[in-house]
Amino acid sequence: MSKATNTASRWTPFALSLPSLALFALMVLLPLALTTLLSFQQYDQDKGVQSGFTLASYALVLGDSYYYEIFFRTGWIAALTTLICVLVGAPEAYILSRMGKPWRSIFLLVILAPLLVSVVVRAFGWSLLLGPNGIVNQVFQWLGIGQVKMLYTPTAVVVALVHVMLPFMVIPVWTSLQKLDPMVENAALSLNASQFTVMRRIVLPQITPGLLSGSLIVFGLSASALAIPGLLGGRRLKMVATLIYDEYLHELNWPLGAAIALALLVINLVVMLSYNAVLEGAYAKRMGRS
Amino acid sequence: MSFLILEGVSKYYGDFGALIDMNLSVERGEFISLLGPSGCGKTTTLQAIAGLTPVTRGRMTLDGRDITHLPVNQRGLGIVFQSYALFPHMTVAENVSFGLEMRKMPKHERDTQIAQMLKLVHLDAHAQRYPRELSGGQRQRVAIARALVIAPPVLLLDEPLSNLDAKLREEMQFELRRIQRKVGTTTIMVTHDQAEALSISDRVVVMEAGRATQIDAPYRLYEHPKTEFISGFVGKTNLLPGRVSRSASGSAVVLAQGQRLTVDAGEFADGASVTVCLRPEKLFFTEAANGTLAGHIEERFFLGSQWLYRVSSDLGELELSCANDGSAPVEEHASVHLAWADDVARLVAPQP
Repeated sequence: MSKATNTASRWTPFALSLPSLALFALMVLLPLALTTLLSFQQYDQDKGVQSGFTLASYALVLGDSYYYEIFFRTGWIAALTTLICVLVGAPEAYILSRMGKPWRSIFLLVILAPLLVSVVVRAFGWSLLLGPNGIVNQVFQWLGIGQVKMLYTPTAVVVALVHVMLPFMVIPVWTSLQKLDPMVENAALSLNASQFTVMRRIVLPQITPGLLSGSLIVFGLSASALAIPGLLGGRRLKMVATLIYDEYLHELNWPLGAAIALALLVINLVVMLSYNAVLEGAYAKRMGRS
Repeated sequence: MSFLILEGVSKYYGDFGALIDMNLSVERGEFISLLGPSGCGKTTTLQAIAGLTPVTRGRMTLDGRDITHLPVNQRGLGIVFQSYALFPHMTVAENVSFGLEMRKMPKHERDTQIAQMLKLVHLDAHAQRYPRELSGGQRQRVAIARALVIAPPVLLLDEPLSNLDAKLREEMQFELRRIQRKVGTTTIMVTHDQAEALSISDRVVVMEAGRATQIDAPYRLYEHPKTEFISGFVGKTNLLPGRVSRSASGSAVVLAQGQRLTVDAGEFADGASVTVCLRPEKLFFTEAANGTLAGHIEERFFLGSQWLYRVSSDLGELELSCANDGSAPVEEHASVHLAWADDVARLVAPQP
């Protein structure tokens, strides 16, 4: 009897998590497996996708500098977006944490509000602002700078990505700021530290975990963003996600699209894991987290 | 001239006076406690001295230099915060080192100073630990070491012992005093614990509703409280309302029930209403005789080193404590007679 209850209790956690496991398997693992299979299938210009095993799609991606260029562009745009999000988001979160009662909630709402609007709508909004006759260019002309081409350039993509991704940076940083004892800053000041030193040596190291997780989220989402590069980068400025979209829906070369998608996934994983290992490792040593 | 002087220092939040007209002169090397219930302005006083709270009015000078409007990071005072506020991402040694680095001290000099300071607070074995790996008492000592290593002219302690359990607290009280004696730093400590204030300070500032009501040495404060509040807040006391009666043979107080107590009325005028303060340990049991007070023991408490009795008498309910000398205590509900020496009763103005 006791044996039976023992086994029951051992399997209970698994049984309880079964629904979510099933959902995860169905929605993530299965499509991923199918995509992997697809990437090894043959493609023929006339007959479409053929069954059989081939590495042709991978060979194509690895052998053509055209794809390297797109991967490289995706990489630096995502990295630049992450960097700007750190530079803007961290001070933003700090100011937010120092705000008084009514203002704090209001500004938190302002920061989160973009998440309530569809990415497509926001991308169109930016294309209106940054277009040749958009408000930004009108201001530039009025200031005597002259018209600047922004739409369909990396600038437009980075600006819009930063706007979309900022909440994902502010929220984790804000969370780690909440854990800070405000007296710690006063303690540093009382030891003759300047405001700048307090920021650099006391506050910054303590919000590192927030910055780390924020950077990972922003980089991952930016590198795989579709709508913004699609609408603001145009036909010529391709990023990996728009390239995959084109292979699937315009070229109908599904195996190639699948191969590029998997390559993006692998690269994203490698970047995230190594970033995590390097920085989190250094941080864990100091904060004693494993 | 005194080392640290506060003249009419006040702090108002709108109309609310958190600190009103504080005057205090602290001598070099003195240990001062700011004592009072929460909200009495003691922490505001400390923060004003530290420079963490800008003052509304008044003037502060340290060693002859006006520091009233000097920012925190230029005052150079050592502060131990109630939460200790250690830098969680730095080791004990790095925490202590921070203030020295800010003073641009070269590394080898820093290392000797850190080692000396950690030895003083008995933490030399824990230099490479992080604050989260330390116990409450150890963290507190790191905070003290970090504040003291910069050799501050004044050390400010904000309820430094309130986060510790009772036993450790008592140990740390004496430890704190030992360190302060050894280093000789002028120290100002905020506390709401009267026993703590009495046991380790040279002088105690009792505060009430933003004002300092008495500044005295612990013994004088205990024996000669200026107000009814102080006499009740510092130690236990029996308070008896009465009226001064002066005659040719001397002064006395007539109590509510008509009893006369022979008391030195001091500066109180004939007929003034007063409160008589009688400390429980000044009362004693005695044989029935002329002038003794008959009573009945209501309750008895054993406190280890002493007994505390609650006695009902013609003067109302009185508390009496006596040392546990090993002999059998008086039984509950027993009839007893109380007496006290004439010079132990103190008169204060009644609380309005």
